[in-house]
Amino acid sequence: MAKTLFDKVWDAHVVKQLEGDIDVLYIDRHLIHEVTSPQAFSELENRNLPLFRKEKMVATPDHNIPTKDQHLPIREALSKHQVDTLVQNCEKFNVELYGLGHPFQGIVHVIGPELGITLPGRTMVCGDSHTSTHGAFGAIAFGIGTSQVAQVMASQCLLQSKPKTMRITIDGELKQGVLAKDIILYIIAELTAAGGTGYFVEYAGPAIESLSMEARMTICNMSIEMGARGGMIAPDQTTFDYIDGREFAPQGKAFTKAVEQWKTLKTDEGAVFDKEYHFDAADIEPMITYGTNPGMGIKITKPVPVSLGEGSQDSFKKSLSYMGFEPGESLLGKPINHVFIGSCTNSRIEDLRIVADYVKGKKKADNVSAMIVPGSKQVEKQAKEEGIDQVLAEAGFELREPGCSACLGMNEDKVPAGEYCVSTSNRNFEGRQGPGARTLLASPLVAAVTAVEGKIVDITKHLN
Amino acid sequence: MEKFKQVISTAVPMPIEDIDTDQIIPARFLKATSREGFGDNLFRDWRYNSDNSPKVDFVLNSDEYSGKILVAGRNFGCGSSREHAAWALHDYGFKVVVSSFFADIFKGNALNNGLLPVQVSDDFLASLLEAVSENPQTEISVNLEAQEISFDGHREAFEVNAYKKECLLNGYDDIDYLVSIKDEIEAYEASSIVI
Ligand code: SF4
Repeated sequence: MAKTLFDKVWDAHVVKQLEGDIDVLYIDRHLIHEVTSPQAFSELENRNLPLFRKEKMVATPDHNIPTKDQHLPIREALSKHQVDTLVQNCEKFNVELYGLGHPFQGIVHVIGPELGITLPGRTMVCGDSHTSTHGAFGAIAFGIGTSQVAQVMASQCLLQSKPKTMRITIDGELKQGVLAKDIILYIIAELTAAGGTGYFVEYAGPAIESLSMEARMTICNMSIEMGARGGMIAPDQTTFDYIDGREFAPQGKAFTKAVEQWKTLKTDEGAVFDKEYHFDAADIEPMITYGTNPGMGIKITKPVPVSLGEGSQDSFKKSLSYMGFEPGESLLGKPINHVFIGSCTNSRIEDLRIVADYVKGKKKADNVSAMIVPGSKQVEKQAKEEGIDQVLAEAGFELREPGCSACLGMNEDKVPAGEYCVSTSNRNFEGRQGPGARTLLASPLVAAVTAVEGKIVDITKHLN
Repeated sequence: MEKFKQVISTAVPMPIEDIDTDQIIPARFLKATSREGFGDNLFRDWRYNSDNSPKVDFVLNSDEYSGKILVAGRNFGCGSSREHAAWALHDYGFKVVVSSFFADIFKGNALNNGLLPVQVSDDFLASLLEAVSENPQTEISVNLEAQEISFDGHREAFEVNAYKKECLLNGYDDIDYLVSIKDEIEAYEASSIVI
């Protein structure tokens, strides 16, 4: 029978099936960080259980670390305690840890791929919803809660009911200035923030195939913002080239053999999805969000809607009043005082290059504070090797050390209450970037142009 | 995990859609390394001003509404996978959340912590919200065994996965089961080609 990519990978990982449509799903790799793992380690200890497969785990601190002076002890006591607890737990249970200062440290979803831990056909989980990022390689990757982190620690398995499948095909060619971030913001705006709930999404079509691995990761990363469990893209030559030679990827003959197997990981002709959508790349333009969930996105040149078709008008009004916007108004010309470039959505080397290319020889506007936080130590190192740090410094951008930073405002990197931030992160929820902060999600290119102009503009008029 | 059978209680209405886990428990309160105490910061930024004084118009600060059941708008629990959201609701004293739609990860986290997500139709939700708003003393009954929610003569059946229902009724959790099938997991590892 013709199978989808998702079915192939899922079915290969079912240890056994239980009544009530529940599968015992085997997990190949488990990534952990400081915020959602401490209670799971305590759970194991309380129950006197050993760690079942420590060699299938990797840990790194990212959510709750400063992005300045990482060589110094963390000042904030609770954050320090949480990061220290991760270090102690990893020592006690003998788990591989890329701690602060380690050349492999970074945002958990940035380091997995760049170290060759993320591979096609694998199942991967992490106590973080953006684990969907790794699906860009043709892996099944999804976020889990802390109880499930403990389950994977104790058994390398999870009890899961199989999600439904959805395919989103994007035909045609992308216009100039349209990046992966615009594609996914467009899709979420079309499907709404709950439109993918219960589904695992495969992204396909010529516009997706033309993308780099970094761009594919941006798309899969935000699958969760439409409620989907995860997203995936069939591996192809772009994928294999990216993996080749990475630290923990198969090497030499083993790599050649693996590629042969990975080539089988694609949806068979005639396979049936529970839901299908088709979009045309030519309809996608640079996007920005105006509201307080990622489904509230518009083409940057279009006005804020007057109402939302589905759902209650009260929630829509509440959202606009939080943002300080009026129904039907245009965002063009709105002054913006903060620009944040970072997060597991857009902090890879390609994102930094896009920003550097645009701002080279320009200066940020005086009213803007522009912060750029690389996704990992390796990204940071490469940016320095390529001279990107110089370009950014000359343009007045502040390059920080790797971490989640203002994506979730857990450390001191916050946007002040009431102020606007154009951010390359993935969530514009109330208070996400700090209490009262107003977030507008956009691509790294839109963020770079906004930083230089000091306000929202039609970026297509600013490109060469 | 404690056993869950039936809850009969008044309810707290929150007719807002897309309530995300960043609202339920903001990230800056996720620094604890134990599971306790999150209820104090449940809905922190909706509940308190920046000087920590309570916001009088927020429902958790009202004298009128209280109870073990939270009734919320559709797509409850979207966003971050933080289980702290389920811990905060449970720690505050909620045993049931009623909505017309739940985000996946939140639903799983709630079930793993003895907090029952009850998904009802849009119409049922609308009449329930209306009844509770009009009369804060409205009593709602949620019966897990019978998979039924009722108030004032209205009733509706709700779905819950058969395995999860057993777990809740008996207070079991998934770890107990997974550890008990270790031999089968090892047999899978020995036979599988995945790396
Ligand atoms: S960068 Fe943001 S979204 Fe990504 S893992 Fe960190 S907190 Fe989560």
